[in-house]
Amino acid sequence: MSLYDLFHETFLSVTNNKVRSALTILGIVVGISAVILMVSIGQGAQASITSSISSAGANLLTVSSGGGRFGGFGGGGARGGGGGGSAVTLTQADVTLIESLPGVASVSESNQSQSAVAAPGVSVNLRVIGAGYNYDSVNGITTTGGSFIGTEDNRSSAKVCVLGPTAVTDLFGTGADPIGQEVRIGGVTYTVVGITKSQGGSSFLNADEVVYIPLTTLQRYMTGNTNLDSITVQAATAGDVTNVTNEITTAMLSAHNVKDPTQPGFNVQSQSAILSTASTITGTFTLLLASIAGISLLVGGIGIMNMMLTTVTERTREIGLRKAIGARPRDITSQFLTEAVTLCLTGGVIGILLGAGGAEIIKATGLMSPLVTMQSVLLAVGVCAGIGIVFGYYPARRASKLDPIEALRYQ
Amino acid sequence: MAPILEVKDLVKIYSTAADEAPALGGVSLAVERGEFVAIMGPSGSGKSTLMNILGCLDTPTTGTYTLDGVDVSELDDEQLAEIRATRIGFVFQSFNLLPRATVLRNVELPMIYTKVPLARREDKAISALQAVGLDERHWTHRSNELSGGQMQRVAIARALVNDPAIILADEPTGNLDTRTGEIILATFRMLQEQGRTIVLITHEHSVAAHADRTVHLLDGLIVSSEAAAEHDAPSAEVVL
Repeated sequence: MSLYDLFHETFLSVTNNKVRSALTILGIVVGISAVILMVSIGQGAQASITSSISSAGANLLTVSSGGGRFGGFGGGGARGGGGGGSAVTLTQADVTLIESLPGVASVSESNQSQSAVAAPGVSVNLRVIGAGYNYDSVNGITTTGGSFIGTEDNRSSAKVCVLGPTAVTDLFGTGADPIGQEVRIGGVTYTVVGITKSQGGSSFLNADEVVYIPLTTLQRYMTGNTNLDSITVQAATAGDVTNVTNEITTAMLSAHNVKDPTQPGFNVQSQSAILSTASTITGTFTLLLASIAGISLLVGGIGIMNMMLTTVTERTREIGLRKAIGARPRDITSQFLTEAVTLCLTGGVIGILLGAGGAEIIKATGLMSPLVTMQSVLLAVGVCAGIGIVFGYYPARRASKLDPIEALRYQ
Repeated sequence: MAPILEVKDLVKIYSTAADEAPALGGVSLAVERGEFVAIMGPSGSGKSTLMNILGCLDTPTTGTYTLDGVDVSELDDEQLAEIRATRIGFVFQSFNLLPRATVLRNVELPMIYTKVPLARREDKAISALQAVGLDERHWTHRSNELSGGQMQRVAIARALVNDPAIILADEPTGNLDTRTGEIILATFRMLQEQGRTIVLITHEHSVAAHADRTVHLLDGLIVSSEAAAEHDAPSAEVVL
């Protein structure tokens, strides 16, 4: 049986039972589009987390108090778990100490708070970051309008602020130019002096929905103390990150007289460590979503098997005839197997298109930014062919093993 | 010239414990090239078993079977399929056409298993349809739109299309009325006159009477083999 004949026979038999074929294909379509969509959501989350973390730079370290903001991530849990040891209070002295260490290029301290931020007619609860010296250059922040908070602003505790792009939209509406306008934060009026460039919003922590004010201003008007939330350290090169991490840890342990190094009360973590932990988490998340969707694909596969078994039973006489006129067992096997694989692949292609379309729709709503990758598409095609073969094999073998004499007599 | 089909001491025992009697108890038969032979016998006489073995759908327990110079009793499933595809044309009582396919496609079907190039299939199918005398306007009809007699002629054309050594017809008129049956039998006679070898299985004398020779089978043995008198109108006697 030639390839042409194989596909011609398959085409005729699939189109002979249009409704049944369509319903069977639908099972696969649902399964594959669910897998594609779920994986794209997971991979989109992964990509946006990765880009928002790595946009800050691979040679960055964050020293934070207590368990730290990222203390829950990976290895930080044991070292920085704030429950046991008392948390170390980070101060300007620590900044000076870290600046003196070898391999450190620059240091910037910050503190943050959550506060209601009001523009005329609007009030939004936003993250307010007190940015210390060099905060923009160390954290890789650039502005699209105006300028970032400068050294002089910190020296004079100026009442100025810089808005993230999402904060601009929140307070002034889309496309507005807020520079020179005033906003009120915690009862104090600030003048907007700049807008930052988008850092790529992640669904979990939007780095664009933020207001920057000078650190000294934050300390004076909002927190009322000189404590720091975190110190961002830029190592001279990305290769120095591990050494610098160790140096900072050693220096901080002795400076704060920590007796139990397993509970230091502070946390030193590199961006790359955070990045890899975040990747692991989103990877697991993707796998979980894909597995749930995979179950519907399995159900689709069972649908294929069910249809093929019905087809074989219905076409028993035809199989008998084909054998009588010279079809070899493997001709029969390949005919039914091709039919099953064709149904699966057709469903797979439609499912990929639907899944990718669904991902575009979700992207358009702006809730999440799903990412359909070539790997997930190729994987889906492979899985479809695999399902066709696995679930088609048993019915096809059954057909090929029919006794032609019995089959011809079958009513 | 050696017979086109020759079986010797054919024994077939079905291993069902209840019935130990052999379905065939040592059948020897030779069919010459161009001969039209009818195998006759009542139900249970072993004629279906013999038909299945002659058609290479089943293998004998013992005995030899030579078809067109090939000893087929030693072949495996794959090789038997090959023999069926190239040397045997089947005609069944219930036609066994693909109901939704056109007449032409039904006749072309056996050629997908014999590697006939695509370009030649339609020509071969058309000459087979012409050989059985089916009107050209039916060729593109779906086979379930035809009458019984037309369907059986399509089936005969399908049996012819690979130019087989023998045509095996199993009760080809069993599902047809007498008049249509006569047309089908006339078709077989016409094919025989064109040099085809035909083995026809039936339980009706009137059908067997169209053959050159009738072999009577009873309880798995050949009881007589007689040449037919010139084809005079046979009686319509029916043996069950």
